[in-house]
Amino acid sequence: MVLHLPILSLVTFLPFIGALFIFMIKGDEATVARNSRQLALWASLVTFTLSVVLILSFDSDAAGFQFVETEQWISGLGIHYRMGVDGISVWFVLLSTFLTPLCVLASWESIRSHVKEYMIAFLVLETMMVGMFCALDFVVFYLFFEGVLIPMFLIIGVWGGPRRIYAAFKFFLFTLAGSVLMLIAVLTFYVVVGTTDIQTLMQARIDPSLQYWLWLAFFASFAVKVPMWPVHTWLPDAHVEAPTAGSVILAGVLLKMGAYGFLRFSLPMLPEASLFFQPLIFTLSVVAIIYTSLVALAQEDMKKLVAYSSVAHMGFVTIGIFTVSVQGVEGALFQMLSHGIISAALFLCVGVVYDRIHSRDIARYGGLVHRMPAYALVFMVFTLGALGLPGTSGFIGEFLSLLAAYQTNRLLAVLASIGVVLGAVYMLWLYRRVMLGVLEKEELKSILDLNRREVAIFTPLVVLVLWMGIYPEYFLGFMHVSANNLVENFEIAHGLQLAVAAP
Amino acid sequence: MTELPDFYPAMPEVVLAFSGLLLLLYGAVCRNALPRFVGYATVLVLLAVQVLEMTTAPGDAVTFSGLFISDRYAVFMKSLVLLGSALAVILSFDYHEHEKQERVEYPIFILFATLGMMMMISANSLLSLYLGLELQNLCLYVLAAIRRDTLKSTEAGLKYFILGALSSGLLLYGMSLIYGFAGSTEFPVLAEILTAADTQTPMGVVVGLVFVMAGLAFKISAVPFHMWTPDVYEGAPTPVTAFFAMAPKIAAIALFMRVLLDPLGGLVEEWRQVVVAVSLASMILGSFAALAQTNIKRLMAYSSIGHVGYALVGLATGTPAGVQGVLIYMTVYLFMVVGTFAVILCMRQHDRMVENIKDLAGLSKTHPMIALAMAVFMFSMAGIPPLAGFFGKLYVFLAAIEAGLYTLAILGILTSVVGAFYYMRIVKFMYFDESHEPLDRWIGRDIGLIMLVAGVFTMFFFVYPEPILAAASVAASSLFTG
Repeated sequence: MVLHLPILSLVTFLPFIGALFIFMIKGDEATVARNSRQLALWASLVTFTLSVVLILSFDSDAAGFQFVETEQWISGLGIHYRMGVDGISVWFVLLSTFLTPLCVLASWESIRSHVKEYMIAFLVLETMMVGMFCALDFVVFYLFFEGVLIPMFLIIGVWGGPRRIYAAFKFFLFTLAGSVLMLIAVLTFYVVVGTTDIQTLMQARIDPSLQYWLWLAFFASFAVKVPMWPVHTWLPDAHVEAPTAGSVILAGVLLKMGAYGFLRFSLPMLPEASLFFQPLIFTLSVVAIIYTSLVALAQEDMKKLVAYSSVAHMGFVTIGIFTVSVQGVEGALFQMLSHGIISAALFLCVGVVYDRIHSRDIARYGGLVHRMPAYALVFMVFTLGALGLPGTSGFIGEFLSLLAAYQTNRLLAVLASIGVVLGAVYMLWLYRRVMLGVLEKEELKSILDLNRREVAIFTPLVVLVLWMGIYPEYFLGFMHVSANNLVENFEIAHGLQLAVAAP
Repeated sequence: MTELPDFYPAMPEVVLAFSGLLLLLYGAVCRNALPRFVGYATVLVLLAVQVLEMTTAPGDAVTFSGLFISDRYAVFMKSLVLLGSALAVILSFDYHEHEKQERVEYPIFILFATLGMMMMISANSLLSLYLGLELQNLCLYVLAAIRRDTLKSTEAGLKYFILGALSSGLLLYGMSLIYGFAGSTEFPVLAEILTAADTQTPMGVVVGLVFVMAGLAFKISAVPFHMWTPDVYEGAPTPVTAFFAMAPKIAAIALFMRVLLDPLGGLVEEWRQVVVAVSLASMILGSFAALAQTNIKRLMAYSSIGHVGYALVGLATGTPAGVQGVLIYMTVYLFMVVGTFAVILCMRQHDRMVENIKDLAGLSKTHPMIALAMAVFMFSMAGIPPLAGFFGKLYVFLAAIEAGLYTLAILGILTSVVGAFYYMRIVKFMYFDESHEPLDRWIGRDIGLIMLVAGVFTMFFFVYPEPILAAASVAASSLFTG
């Protein structure tokens, strides 16, 4: 019954329809703000419910794309509107639809100006994100991939902090510069293979000498998005200046777009080049892990610290992906999901105290545990998750990635695990400075603990972190077939036997 | 006794010419002729001719002893030009009423300029090309200087006239060289002579080709012949600038393409390097020079130089796909530009026009709908998907890659990132900055309607782009078979 509906298009465009309705709300400012909030929440919740239906009816044993939709779009070029998900993308759809209602809730009180426009921007952003993960045509993918820039640029620039204009421009221009090169690569694909259908392109064999160029063009785009060292510098600025919910989406979903691109395009379509550039990726990832962890240690600003930790965590993802082993790919996918939830949650945690004290300076805090026990508990869970304690989701992803790295290159694994240690250092130190100690500062003495809205935001996040940590197989089960498929195709493409021990 | 030529293929032009004469007569004879009436009549005539053009065009017809051709390509381009002219006339109503500058001559000049453009687009010989071009130019010179009581406008008109005359001189010189060395002015004959594989192309033709291209590059304001553009755009009254940015530009591009691909199509290897260089220079200068502009009309001038650069990327390929890309690009460009100028015409403080970009500050709070429309146009001009501007870029760059022009494509697309910066700067002023001096809360109904139509077109083009893409494809291929 469900299968006959174009469910992916529904999930993609429902938020957009919600945005159109919000656009039409009229009245005095307070009414408009209230109604926009309500409508945005409902639209995003309905979308989330639909995406739960999607995952429940997803067949985790099938290798190909599911829920495929095809419509004629630009017949002159043979470009179709194609949507479909496999085990790699389905969880990202869910991640996007899961985080959006939380963002709406998190902005309930902190956003006071232009509420209507804010909610429209978020719903449009959701449409772009979901559409990007579902797209099975390169041009459609590109449309969504770059369309994300418009709402995000406005979210950072309009509702951001004091240096928001600089941050918004930096974000916009960095990502755009990368993406336009990808457009050239997409067009080259079209000229060489004659189609922009992603499924066909995965089977196509491209001449290796051309592969290198195409790979570099993709790399320009995805490396900026991930972000990989040294093109990560837009991220701390964007994170610090963006409103809380903006940071949540940025860390939770937008960073995954780059890694998703590597998995979906670079590996299957350009296998020779991927292998050729493997050392480059490994080097940059290790540098990112160690260097940004050290930088995170030195931060005075909580949001900046979490932002730099994101760069380090994404380093594990890129290592996992480019080991091209089943563990590596699954580890990377799992790490992305886990990071999507934990870093989003950490930004929300920072947002909680920022809403009360209006400062993100670590030095302004201390001893919060005495006034905010519930908050301290929640923060603890996410801190431990971020440093990869067994039993939390962070552990599984990092462990699988490191395992795969060890099988590929021992030195790589050793260097990367330094990052794990450093991660524990900066996260625990942050926790100590903010939460523990004596409550001395005057303005903190009257601070209130989490209210009901905030509890409602954090509960699902805590549950997920523990669920993913204790019973990861539920999540991995959806990925097995697709990950195996990806790695097998990669090996066939090479005629190589990489050491793979199937789990 | 000579037989009369077949007027049928030129029916739209004939109707346009007679209507123009009638309106002119009315304006001259009636002592208290109503400028508003003439304006509305002009819009009606332009739209009626457009309908005529699209319904009666015979496909491929040559008349007036081979001087005039009406093919699918001409129909497509003329439709754009007619639409652009009609929109420009509508845009001018409110401005003229406000500035107490209502004149009967204004719409009539636009009408005759449009007639000239249509002749240019349908030219099938170097002579008819030049006749059409000069008819258009004379009207444009006067239009630029139509506010003869202000220094800026007269200066703009004079500059335009001197540089325009110079470029016409270059063009004529090039045409005479081509005629002298090839022996004909007619496009089909020239094409036959110049594509003949066994003969070496005479040097004189190549020199003539370069002169013709230089002359035409003036008209489309491509670098390095762009100098007049910012001054004229800034100096001319805003509705005139809007007109300049739309119809004449599209007509000149149409002419440029026809001349290069039809009679000179055999010399593609010779002219391609020139087009590539001009295109690159236009894209680079258009994006970098615009960064420092504070006057929005000057900024639009540089932006239009950049857009011409992108359009020329399509032409540089010399393939039907490239021409299709240019046609799509110009269609989308027309809507973006008319919308942007509609917004610029709303920029008034204390009942006076203002032109500084900073005057847009805080527009999202004082005029949310205008700000939204302007943001859509800016994002679209920057080529951000899913807005219409992206599709223009997609098609021209696709054609460039198909033709193997990788360097041009990569450099071109990188300049679009620089270009994005200054478009985003306008969005920044509107959305991120607080207003200190809000714009007047006045907006003409015509202007609002144009803004709405252009905005909806730009925003939702991606939903159903098929008709325009298909029409452009048909039009482009007719240029190659004919």
